[in-house]
Amino acid sequence: MFDLERWQEIFEAISKNKLRTFLTGLSVASGIFILVILLGIGQGMQNGISSEFENDAANILFIFTGATSKEYKGLNPGRQITMKNDDYNTTVAKNEDKLEYKSSVYRIWGGIINYKKETGSYRVEGVYPDYQFLENASMTQGRFINHNDNNGFEKVVVLGNKVKNDLFKNGEDPLGKYVQVKDINFKVIGVYTDPGGEREESRVFIPIATSQKAFSGGNDVNFMSFTLEKEENFESALAASEKFSEELETFLKERHTVAPDDERAIRINNSLENAKRFYDLMDMIRFFFWGVGICTIIAGIVGVSNIMLIIVKERTKEIGIRKALGAQPISIIGMILHESIFVTTIAGFIGLISSLALLEFVGPLIETDYIANPSVNFNVALTTVFILVLAGAIAGFFPAWRAARIKPIIALRDE
Amino acid sequence: MIEIKNLHKSYKMGANSLHVLKGINFSVQEGELVSIMGSSGSGKSTLLNILGMLDEADEGSYTLDGLPIKNLNEKIAARYRNKFLGFIFQSFNLISYKNALDNVALPLYYQGVKHKERIDIAMSYLEKVGLADWAGHLPNELSGGQKQRVAIARALASNPKVLLADEPTGALDTKTSYEVMDLIQGINDEGRTILIVTHEHDIAEMTKRIVNLKDGVIIDDSKVNQVRALSNV
Repeated sequence: MFDLERWQEIFEAISKNKLRTFLTGLSVASGIFILVILLGIGQGMQNGISSEFENDAANILFIFTGATSKEYKGLNPGRQITMKNDDYNTTVAKNEDKLEYKSSVYRIWGGIINYKKETGSYRVEGVYPDYQFLENASMTQGRFINHNDNNGFEKVVVLGNKVKNDLFKNGEDPLGKYVQVKDINFKVIGVYTDPGGEREESRVFIPIATSQKAFSGGNDVNFMSFTLEKEENFESALAASEKFSEELETFLKERHTVAPDDERAIRINNSLENAKRFYDLMDMIRFFFWGVGICTIIAGIVGVSNIMLIIVKERTKEIGIRKALGAQPISIIGMILHESIFVTTIAGFIGLISSLALLEFVGPLIETDYIANPSVNFNVALTTVFILVLAGAIAGFFPAWRAARIKPIIALRDE
Repeated sequence: MIEIKNLHKSYKMGANSLHVLKGINFSVQEGELVSIMGSSGSGKSTLLNILGMLDEADEGSYTLDGLPIKNLNEKIAARYRNKFLGFIFQSFNLISYKNALDNVALPLYYQGVKHKERIDIAMSYLEKVGLADWAGHLPNELSGGQKQRVAIARALASNPKVLLADEPTGALDTKTSYEVMDLIQGINDEGRTILIVTHEHDIAEMTKRIVNLKDGVIIDDSKVNQVRALSNV
């Protein structure tokens, strides 16, 4: 392999047969190039869709209620089910170790809010402190609702960024100011921003205890929201969340005397189930790109094999001459393989490097929501180069071996 | 130098078998210049191929310089060819992408001679055939006669015991043929053993001995008065 004389012999053959070398190299380089670009775009789509999805998607569960749709234990359908504080408290007490963030929500309808001359209608929700994390809200000013606010029935409010901008003109600092929520004074303690955008930011939060007391909510709860503790991987997270929501549903239906198969009275929206659909889609995309990539590699292998066959055919006479001059079969095979491996390796790396360069420099310029940061696992790319080189070598070996066995007299025969 | 006894060779052509050589007995001494004549199909090329270890006999013995040539595998045959034999072909068989010098140096490559030494030796043989100025040219830039001279230089490069020439002038015009024959005669004068297969009488007359082949047997084997090619040029 490191025989200098043979290298000279090969460089001579390569430099004198530029077209042949170029064609071999082209098929290998383009195969690798296409594969790497495909895998890169596949990865980019995965990244893009993931980040789209991640904005909103934690392993969050929403529990909300409606009217019963089925007669059960002598109770008529059409009965409105309303959850109570007890439902929430019992659920939390029972699942203390499983829950990461938890909050029940009491919603006040027709939430007219005014500050001085400004007024607007916003969603007003009574919540627990954890709700900040359930909503992915981050504070830009002040703080969120805390436990003391709830325990003391404090009249405090956290404004969405949009609400703040609507009510507090000219950059007035809202902290410590009083706004009227349905004519009741609330003190602004914080402003939050939400990755969900304006719609999510046109809400205000007050302590749930205050909301029930001040707006005659009694013990009523409109919906509950939980996240579960993080799990090792997606599969176990999904299993845990399905188990939890099933148990919770059974528990709540029993408590409110709802038929177990009544889908409308008590509903649990499990975001992980949505996530599963998304991950399945991801798998499909990955599968598709790999499929196309493998087909490309196979096409590349076939191309290289063809070229090797043609090269050997073309060189049959030369091989005959070399044999007549005393070349041994092994040196003939070695010469052809050495040349083909050399050319495919160089070409493979050219394809690899140019495609990686393209991904590196053009990738970040792609501005669409569905492709982000296309990149490729370098080891995967490297492996495909070696597979192609190996395939080229194997594809070249058999014709070379046969050519080396041809009697020189036949190879030299004038056509 | 060459000793052949009762050589038989037949080719299978589908169901039929074609008996090409039917018991050849033949010997060549060192320094001889022998022509093998015969019409096409007489078996002369087959004989040369067997002598050149490019083909193997079915029956009979072949001794080259005291070495029995029998049951050779590819590897040993290649080594013997490289060491003992130099080939000159009708169609020259130069490697098209190598220049004259590299073509001549090729047998030395297979002898394991180092690059620089190889080039020196090849150059000296190119000088010998009068083509030193054409060393850097590719075969397709040379005339037929020049190509054959390069081929002769290549055949000589490995310093073989025997030169085997298969219709060396078959693709050349008369004048060039005689020039090539002059070169071959000169090499023979230096003591090299040379066998030429030809069907041209004037070429055969320029050797020292003519072996006539017909239908796979030698019908005539006689020494002749050598005609010097130079006098005909």
